[in-house]
Amino acid sequence: MTSPFRTAEGGRIDRGTTLEFTFDGQTHTGHPGDTLASALLASGRHQVATSVKLGRPRGIAAAWAEDPGGLVQIEEPFPEPMLLATTVELHDGLVAHGLPGQGRLAEISDSARYDAVHHHVDVLVVGAGPAGLTAALTAARSGARVALVDEQSEAGGSLLGGTDRLDDAPALEWVAAAVAELAGHPEVLHLQRTTAFGSYDDGFVLALERRTDHLGTAAPRHVSRQRVWRLRARSVVVATGAHERPVVFADNDRPGTMLAGAARTFLHRYGVLPGRQAVVFTTNDSAYDAALDLHRAGVAVEAVVDARPAGSPRREECERAGIRVLSGAVVTATQGVERVTHALVAPFVDGQVGAGSAIACDLLLVSGGWNPAVHLFSQARGRLRYDEALGAFLPAEELDRLSVTGAAAGVLDLAGCLADGQRVARAALTALAVAPPGEDRLPTAPEPVVPAAPLVLWRVPDTSGADGNTSFVDLQRDATVADIARAVGAGLRSIEHIKRYTTIGTAHDQGKTSGVLASGITAELLGVPVQATGTTTFRPPYTPVAFAALAGRDRGRLFDPERVTSLHDWHVAAGAVFEDVGQWKRPRHYPRPGEDMETAVLRECAAARTGVGILDGSTLGKIDVQGPDAAVLLDRLYTNMMSSLKVGSVRYGVMCGVDGMVIDDGTVLRLAEDRFLLLTTTGGAAKVLDWMEEWAQTEWPDLRVHCTSVTEQWNTFPVVGPRSRDVIGALFPQVDVANEAFPFMTWRDTALDGVPVRLARISFSGELAFEVYVNPWYGVAVWERLLEAGRPYGITPYGTETMHVLRAEKGYPIIGQDTDGTVTPHDLGMAWAVSKKKPDFVGKRSFARQANQDPLRKQLVGLLPVDRRTVLPEGSQIVELHPDGQLPPPPVPMLGHVTSSYRSAELARPFALALVKGGRSRIGDTVHVPVNGTLVPAEVTGSVLVDPEGARRDG
Amino acid sequence: MNPRTPGADLPEHPDFLWRDPEPKRSYDVVIVGGGGHGLATAHYLAKNHGITNVAVLEKGWLGGGNMARNTTIIRSNYLWDESSAIYEASLKLWEGLEEDLGYPILFSQRGVLNLAHTLQDVRDSVRRVEANKLNGVDAEWLEPDEVRKVCPIVNTSTDIRYPVLGATYQPRAGIAKHDYVAWGFARRAHEAGIDLIQDCEVTGFATEGNRVTGVQTTRGTIAAGTVALCAAGHTSVLTDMLGIRVPVQSHPLQALVSELLEPVHPTVVMSNAVHVYVSQAHKGELVMGAGVDSYNGYGQRGAFHVIERQMAAAVELFPVFARAHLLRTWAGIVDTSPDASPIVGRTPYDNVYLNCGWGTGGFKATPGVGWALAHTIAHGEPHANVAPFTLDRFVTGALVDEHGAAAVAH
Ligand SMILES: Cc1cc2nc3c(=O)[nH]c(=O)nc-3n(C[C@H](O)[C@H](O)[C@H](O)COP(=O)(O)OP(=O)(O)OC[C@H]3O[C@@H](n4cnc5c(N)ncnc54)[C@H](O)[C@@H]3O)c2cc1C
Repeated sequence: MTSPFRTAEGGRIDRGTTLEFTFDGQTHTGHPGDTLASALLASGRHQVATSVKLGRPRGIAAAWAEDPGGLVQIEEPFPEPMLLATTVELHDGLVAHGLPGQGRLAEISDSARYDAVHHHVDVLVVGAGPAGLTAALTAARSGARVALVDEQSEAGGSLLGGTDRLDDAPALEWVAAAVAELAGHPEVLHLQRTTAFGSYDDGFVLALERRTDHLGTAAPRHVSRQRVWRLRARSVVVATGAHERPVVFADNDRPGTMLAGAARTFLHRYGVLPGRQAVVFTTNDSAYDAALDLHRAGVAVEAVVDARPAGSPRREECERAGIRVLSGAVVTATQGVERVTHALVAPFVDGQVGAGSAIACDLLLVSGGWNPAVHLFSQARGRLRYDEALGAFLPAEELDRLSVTGAAAGVLDLAGCLADGQRVARAALTALAVAPPGEDRLPTAPEPVVPAAPLVLWRVPDTSGADGNTSFVDLQRDATVADIARAVGAGLRSIEHIKRYTTIGTAHDQGKTSGVLASGITAELLGVPVQATGTTTFRPPYTPVAFAALAGRDRGRLFDPERVTSLHDWHVAAGAVFEDVGQWKRPRHYPRPGEDMETAVLRECAAARTGVGILDGSTLGKIDVQGPDAAVLLDRLYTNMMSSLKVGSVRYGVMCGVDGMVIDDGTVLRLAEDRFLLLTTTGGAAKVLDWMEEWAQTEWPDLRVHCTSVTEQWNTFPVVGPRSRDVIGALFPQVDVANEAFPFMTWRDTALDGVPVRLARISFSGELAFEVYVNPWYGVAVWERLLEAGRPYGITPYGTETMHVLRAEKGYPIIGQDTDGTVTPHDLGMAWAVSKKKPDFVGKRSFARQANQDPLRKQLVGLLPVDRRTVLPEGSQIVELHPDGQLPPPPVPMLGHVTSSYRSAELARPFALALVKGGRSRIGDTVHVPVNGTLVPAEVTGSVLVDPEGARRDG
Repeated sequence: MNPRTPGADLPEHPDFLWRDPEPKRSYDVVIVGGGGHGLATAHYLAKNHGITNVAVLEKGWLGGGNMARNTTIIRSNYLWDESSAIYEASLKLWEGLEEDLGYPILFSQRGVLNLAHTLQDVRDSVRRVEANKLNGVDAEWLEPDEVRKVCPIVNTSTDIRYPVLGATYQPRAGIAKHDYVAWGFARRAHEAGIDLIQDCEVTGFATEGNRVTGVQTTRGTIAAGTVALCAAGHTSVLTDMLGIRVPVQSHPLQALVSELLEPVHPTVVMSNAVHVYVSQAHKGELVMGAGVDSYNGYGQRGAFHVIERQMAAAVELFPVFARAHLLRTWAGIVDTSPDASPIVGRTPYDNVYLNCGWGTGGFKATPGVGWALAHTIAHGEPHANVAPFTLDRFVTGALVDEHGAAAVAH
């Protein structure tokens, strides 16, 4: 297809290069610098989509993100739902089509990369129009650290779409010079194609940089497609310009209907005539520029229809050019099907519409005034006020660290914007105690013609007979004046209700053109001031942002980076099957060829119970607690006494929450009078450290104590089983491993070939066991030496599953598996771990509560399935014995649930741990466990099923 | 004309919703807070108990608090008997609510999947499913291939960071349109003669001994026979005025939506380990949320890193979402309690009833708690479904701890 609507010259497109793209199955051409919208307009195509509810044709109605009409689906280079044709930069091979209201997600996964960068500056300027550029120049000239971000492909803002002159030259020359100057300041970061989409407290602004989208298939794969900039600025200058506002009239959605300023942009920036025959409908002077510029470009401007009875001082200029100006007149409706063919124009006196006539046109330009883009200001919780003269909302207050300038602040002339940008930047610098630059000349703008006051007109009374049902307020939602009237008629008063009832402002554009219209029309219908109606809340993001961009690098393996111990490669080589425990990868078991988990675990368990096994326990949390008050802190946080622990000894401890429920447990090694090493559960390590810090910092800041995570500084290898003493004795001949010399719950420091090693007699299996602690740099070496020393005894590496079985056979709970935040130490049968001597500790008060005395509290017990075969599924519920083997109808009272369940090599039968109501008083009873529809009888036992006397501990 | 876009047609609203009356000087019952809970309570006071000299006082616009901000997940597959009783009672009311309210609330029983990603998740899930079954709540445990059948877009491959090990599934669970629910209750309350008073903030209480005689508001003092507090995230502000200490913390909870998309997501998926939950609403937008912002506050917006994190989780679990776009984010202020269960019932004042602590999950309870609170107000005694959820339980220790065990919010 050709581009009959392309001008012969001009525009910021590269006419020397032709790009080919496909839209709705048709091939078109365009040039670098085009958007999909400008290229479509160049080929004469206005209609892009059909509307979501009514299926009405919709076209390109604006030139950038405020466009409510031109929604497209991208197919190539990669399917992307719902973008605006006006914001898609054209590239070769682009395939897109119009969208009937809903986008379509790709079925294949997105292989593009996304990333994020943190950047800190003194001054962040958002928007590279005249106000923003001036502000950035002023800030840069002061030597401050500056970031300037702008959403367009090049700087210039509104200047890109006009013919303004500065210093007697095209304003874009000044823009180019400003950009070059900024590039010369080493402390300035200038990003185009970067949309500031979220503004938060304390100068935190999120911006999305589109780095490769405009390159299409030529995008280099090593460059991230989009980048989130997390900008932290001591001061933010919002220079985001203004969006032109339409006026609502009947059938105002017909393709060919466009904002007046947008038509200028298409002409000047893209070299495109949006039509051949135009009618311009306005309530203010700005649209006269569009009329005159289009006229000069050869468009037949049939009429300027100005709603103001007195018209505009620019009337003469138009008439000199032969353009008819109708003052005190409005467009009441359009005609046409897929494109406007006529505008119906009628006199408009005192709010009354007179008899009209149709004017033929293929382009209807509309301007109802300008809405300052106050989004970022409002997102930062700045209050807005309604400005009667502008008919728009403006910042009503100064925010700390965030100022608004230029059109975004309601300054609508070029000279004013330049001066305002400079003023605001200087004020921001002063507030930051940065001296503003001495030399800071502003370019000279020609004196503007003093404009006549705009008329605030939200809608033209509907004389079409459609009762406002085709007077669209929100094109994307197909929501009309009639819908607002219905909402008001239903009794709704709040603009938030109106929005929700009509859905105005909830679509892709989040109400950029419709929001203020809805406020105005609602106020009119309610007969209240617009200020009283207000606006709905502006929320991030300013424009839509792809999920993947926000996910950034945190995907796949980096979603939550895996933690592995220094032995990980060894485990992999040994064929370990891994389990996720918290963020860690832990070997669950080490199957030998042909083994399933069950046989592997039975073998591993047997080794530990009868010979010797070894576990990589390095993931256990470790916290080094130091300071004169270390013992005081531990006494307050553990339920048992830690201050009485002797240096060189180890004690098991339990921590509870304020509710008296167990939150973690582990062993504590006293390293010195003022120093302890705490071991926590693998999953609980970070939480326990936070917990300790919270108490130490917020409740007891007087305590002289420091807590440091040393989880990664130590490997821990439990060497477990009756032959463990032989292994340790062989490898550390200098250590007397005899029971009397090295008793249970003590530790010793020693060395292996000069590498410091700590040994501790701690057992989580009931067997004789030694824990070996070593710096992870030497982890593999020491592990291998242990294996070597253990070889004569058949030392067997085992994983978490075997660890669980061994500890469960001994009735040792796993916090988080056998407990669930509702279990006290007493419930676990650990009353012995709760000090009666300490005056206070976290959780103590709760033990006195009534519910804690309840004899029917759930208690940890053992369960032995009577059939000696069934492994009760963990999580199974437990009910009373139903002699007929049938469950009664629900609700069936529950006694508790199975927390851990395994096959035991030692017991030669499956067993389980369970929390059971009044469990200890039920020992010997039989209960039922529903498993896949049948009731499995199980005997309640004590929780310690292996070696209840503790005879094996010392070997 | 284009083929009908699925979900494009929103239901017609009734012609009239509610009046905007001036407050009277006195009411038998004053409900503070015009969110879902306050409005439902008003409706059931009138409908079940014939009590209509009632005012609902709302400081902003009706249903504009968490009611307008939540992600609308409705389910009853809670772990403990006490919880499943109230949530299941509520779900049964949801099943007849369109009819009761005469309002198209878009209640869609599309099922909810709660994904398990770790062995402990699996244990907790099995435990909850088994408990649900014994309590008569529909619940199933699904293996990963069954998860894929229910929701084909969930990434069930084994080579992701936290593979899906299975899920609990409640087929009767689903979503509804929050605003329409609020308006449906409001309309019924209005029709019954109840005054719905907006822009009316309660700023203080007049008391006599252990009775409250009236409320001070930004629209004057209003005498009250009975007062019910339904102020969600602002409850502790009100109880402070009464000198009652309530163990709730107010946190921002954020949510977000995408643009309208062709139907891709047939159910509701919640994941705690890869923290995100998501459904696709009637019109086609993806509705998503995750956990609370950890700080306390009343600003109805949160911090952006929380959104970024949940997007990472979303794209991890649903690779097809990569190029969906975030359109809007917002936050509500939720009132979280120490045991993640609500606090409903009596207070130290004879004629003041409390309803709070629903935290991140009280939308689903809207009809259930409205019903039970209306009963409690009418009889002066807690309804059986809320009886376990006393304020007193934090003294006695009879907690109903839903986060430790079930670890599923919302
Ligand atoms: C982002 C988000 C997602 C959620 N997702 C879900 C979900 O998927 N499923 C689910 O079940 N729940 C969810 N919830 C929780 C649910 O929204 C709340 O638990 C529930 O809405 C609370 O009850 P409500 O509707 O009465 O509260 P609200 O709607 O908050 O009502 C309380 C009302 O009290 C008013 N008020 C406060 N103080 C005063 C005063 N002094 N005077 C007068 N009026 C006052 C407030 O303005 C407010 O309107 C979510 C919440 C949020 C924020």
